[in-house]
Amino acid sequence: MKKTRFNELHKRLGGKMIEFCGWEMPVEYSGIIPEHLAVRTKAGLFDVSHMGEVLVTGKDALAFVQWLTPNDAGKLVPGQVQYTALMTPESTFVDDMLVYCMGPEEYFLVVNAANDDKDFAWIAGHTQGFDVKVEHQSDATSQVAIQGPLAEAILRPLTDIDLASMKSFHWARGKVAGKPCLVSRTGYTGEDGFEIYTTDPEPQVIWTGLIEAGKPQGLLPIGLGARDTLRLEAKLMLYGNDISDKTTVLEADLKWIVKLQKGDFLGRPVIEKQLAEGLTRKLAGFEMAEPGIARPHYPVYYHGQRVGDVASGTFAPYLKKALGLVYLPIDGTAVGTEFEIEIRGKRTKARVIPTPFYKRAKK
Amino acid sequence: MYPNDFRYTKEHEWIKVEGDEGVIGITDFAQHQLGDIIYVELPAVGKELAVRQSIGVVESVKSVSDVYTPVPGVVTAVNEALGQAADLLNKDPHGQGWIVRIKIKDKKDLDGLLSVGDYEKFLEGLEH
Repeated sequence: MKKTRFNELHKRLGGKMIEFCGWEMPVEYSGIIPEHLAVRTKAGLFDVSHMGEVLVTGKDALAFVQWLTPNDAGKLVPGQVQYTALMTPESTFVDDMLVYCMGPEEYFLVVNAANDDKDFAWIAGHTQGFDVKVEHQSDATSQVAIQGPLAEAILRPLTDIDLASMKSFHWARGKVAGKPCLVSRTGYTGEDGFEIYTTDPEPQVIWTGLIEAGKPQGLLPIGLGARDTLRLEAKLMLYGNDISDKTTVLEADLKWIVKLQKGDFLGRPVIEKQLAEGLTRKLAGFEMAEPGIARPHYPVYYHGQRVGDVASGTFAPYLKKALGLVYLPIDGTAVGTEFEIEIRGKRTKARVIPTPFYKRAKK
Repeated sequence: MYPNDFRYTKEHEWIKVEGDEGVIGITDFAQHQLGDIIYVELPAVGKELAVRQSIGVVESVKSVSDVYTPVPGVVTAVNEALGQAADLLNKDPHGQGWIVRIKIKDKKDLDGLLSVGDYEKFLEGLEH
């Protein structure tokens, strides 16, 4: 099992360690519910060093990224970040990812741990005809995320970066706890916060510094369990549950990352066809209308017909209700539509509700 | 911590015998393992329970776990309070967090269960 550079620190903090995508990672420390609530109301610190990183450089770096993704990386200036996807020719997902514009000929891609090697192979396998160099930087890179309404206040004294003037989906370089880092105002929780990348071989002081600085303000270390419940409340996609190489970008309700005016890209013809003909199914958010908690893979019925399985489903600790995401036939995706989820053999009523389930109040 | 007059299973259920009936729940060790419990699915009163049959399902945020009867019997009551307060299983697993009451089919079946000493010894073994 692979270990991040913070592994020992998690164990010292009482982290319950599990195997995740070949990594030994903490699933929880104090418990999913207190951790989840800490991020919504104060702050939380995550080790996300298992995420993958790929650096694309060269004269055709932008054209290459544009070919592989549906969003318009051409709109980015150095210092900006964009949520996008790696698309198959069918407009399904190789992965979803963040693109960091580092310079006119340099793009830093951050991908999911589960897909790291697959993504690198995909990216490296599509360079023909492009003057680019592709480097896999996952092993050298550590990443922690500090998320929550107090994230900026806790991080500020530990860094020389001007956080107050950093806008959402922007990044800057500087020091955190004395270590050279790249810090972006991004995250996977629905809260304000920062993701901190470093290639320093001894990044532990970043973690311990933030834990110590944040403790008096209620910051908690957060495991993968709460990471999943936080992202689901905010309707952020999880590859393998909500999106995959079997779901198209439009079906996943991610039309906002599709920019047809930018020119040709992998998957574009299928997107145009789906736009012209309309979708047959789409990802919808639901809550349970009867007692029960829907979990991934539970069978879903609409008008008595089996129409698929639950994509994501859990008890949402902040909203305090059972909710989830599911692909429904397009005529069943309107808010208020009722359908059924089979929970241990019993068909239980669920109802389509607006998403994101949780949206933080703007400052 | 673990009441002397309960009998236990290696799957971390307890039964407290009261005459011909038994009250069943999960142990403090089990509730710690499960984490914050948010939902409990209870059986119907009158349900016949065979050897090691499920008496219900306990869900935490991330896990779904069956709870099994320590001995065969018939359900005579369920803890309705858990419908509104599933966290009673965390707060008071050996008391207010009871799950079902059954009429025990054959009290000889209790002989196969662990005493409090055996259960505590079993838990020590798990921690090493």
